[in-house]
Amino acid sequence: MSSAGAATRDPAFAARLGLLGVAAALLWPAIELAEFNPARLADPANLGTMAKFLGTFFPMVLTAEFLGLVASAAIETLALATAGTALAMLLALPLAACVSESLSVSRVGPARNAWLAPMARAPLRGLLIFMRSIPEIVWALLFVRAIGLGPAAGVLAIAINYAGMLGKVYFEIFEAGDTRPARAVLESGGGRASAFLYGILPVSLHELVSYSVYRWECAIRASVVMGFVGAGGLGQQMELSMRMLAGGEVSTMLVAFLLLVLIADAISAALRRVLK
Amino acid sequence: MNAAPIVWTPWAVLAAFALAAASSFAYLGVDFAELFGAESLRQIGAFARGFFPPDTTPEFLRRTGRGAVETLAISALGTLLAALAGALLALPAAGRWSRWLRPFARMALNILRSIPELVWAVFMVLAAGLGPFAGCLALAVHTAGVLGRLFAETLENAPPEPARALRESGSGATVAFFYGTLPVVIPQFVSYALYRWEYNIRMAAVLGFVGAGGLGQLLYVSLSVFKTREAATVILAMIAIVIAVDLLSAWLRRFLGRSGS
Repeated sequence: MSSAGAATRDPAFAARLGLLGVAAALLWPAIELAEFNPARLADPANLGTMAKFLGTFFPMVLTAEFLGLVASAAIETLALATAGTALAMLLALPLAACVSESLSVSRVGPARNAWLAPMARAPLRGLLIFMRSIPEIVWALLFVRAIGLGPAAGVLAIAINYAGMLGKVYFEIFEAGDTRPARAVLESGGGRASAFLYGILPVSLHELVSYSVYRWECAIRASVVMGFVGAGGLGQQMELSMRMLAGGEVSTMLVAFLLLVLIADAISAALRRVLK
Repeated sequence: MNAAPIVWTPWAVLAAFALAAASSFAYLGVDFAELFGAESLRQIGAFARGFFPPDTTPEFLRRTGRGAVETLAISALGTLLAALAGALLALPAAGRWSRWLRPFARMALNILRSIPELVWAVFMVLAAGLGPFAGCLALAVHTAGVLGRLFAETLENAPPEPARALRESGSGATVAFFYGTLPVVIPQFVSYALYRWEYNIRMAAVLGFVGAGGLGQLLYVSLSVFKTREAATVILAMIAIVIAVDLLSAWLRRFLGRSGS
């Protein structure tokens, strides 16, 4: 654009062009690796399958029999998420209390075997990291292989993955709150359990419950796709219908899924407002 | 000093939740006594032992490495496409082009966003065939919905003065947008996109379960043919990626936080 004259030229033009060039050079291997090829979308065979599939989306399948099936799958999803989150909370609370340093007796004063305490905490922290680093759907796949198809695998997958996440956040909530009451209990000779119950819990209960409710909402979204690996709920039915290219069933289930997520959103938002 | 009054709301919520959980267990009819009985535990134990030691033959390590790099590539490209599409959709969703387009753009964003990545991935495998390209597209469409909404919010909250100053001194609408509005919103756009990339790396690792490439596909195939030692290697790679991304983003955030903004 040299003809436009110096006054209207972008002063940062060269730098921007250079930055774009560097970005493109970095992206090139990614494009290769991801087999990025938009032409495949226009492949007649793919186009045909897709057109046929999308064409069957309407009319939606609304027979009483199918709606009953979808409703029971949706309730199963809800139950799976609720049961999994409940187990996760039961697992996470003691784990978080164990790794929490404000509950550490050995930090208050001389204690027997005080050097053991940090060494006991490290593996527990490692366990929490391990539980949350493996995505819930991988846990679900593993449990399906270990104990068979069905919602039990989904419940355990949510329980383990979410216990790892809740444990970390519970721990952070314990440490972020006022830790002086717990210390006072410990210093006057109380044990860990009473320090937790009378020192930590009253200060952090609101936040604990509020975050758990939020996680329950996430668990519902996660449970919906859990069925793709055979762990029960709406996803299992959705996977079946998609495999058979039954578009009408898929669109009904997508609507059911959206309703489920919206309801969970509303319940969670209302509960968290009450808790504020 | 008076004792603080006991607040009942969290307890009430917990009680309601306990009730819901109890009825959920009853509804699912999962027999946890049997599940954690001796026989079942032995079965789980035998399954878990099959994962050790992880497969460390150079050939499989190479395949795992390739899967890991593929996962990163899928997430990076998917997020980049999503940021571009999201920015394009955010303009009408923020009411930039016409008042009439706004509700339609918002609805489109909502639909893109509410269908989970894995469902998109099944669609994309149909539309583009098996392989990482499908995963990339699946991430792109879902994330476009997420980012588009965030971008639209940013645009709506951007200060209008710089663009108006340019318009009033005679520049066109496009130039005013590029030099008046874009520089104000771009840092926020980039930070949203980076945050989403972090999330998408984890997601890309599992999209392979439906045939969309990356580590997930490797894991699914290994488990399907009962090569649990190979599966262990892939799972370790997943954990390594998740932890590395966590550390890196924490470090980046601290670094960016220190340098202002």
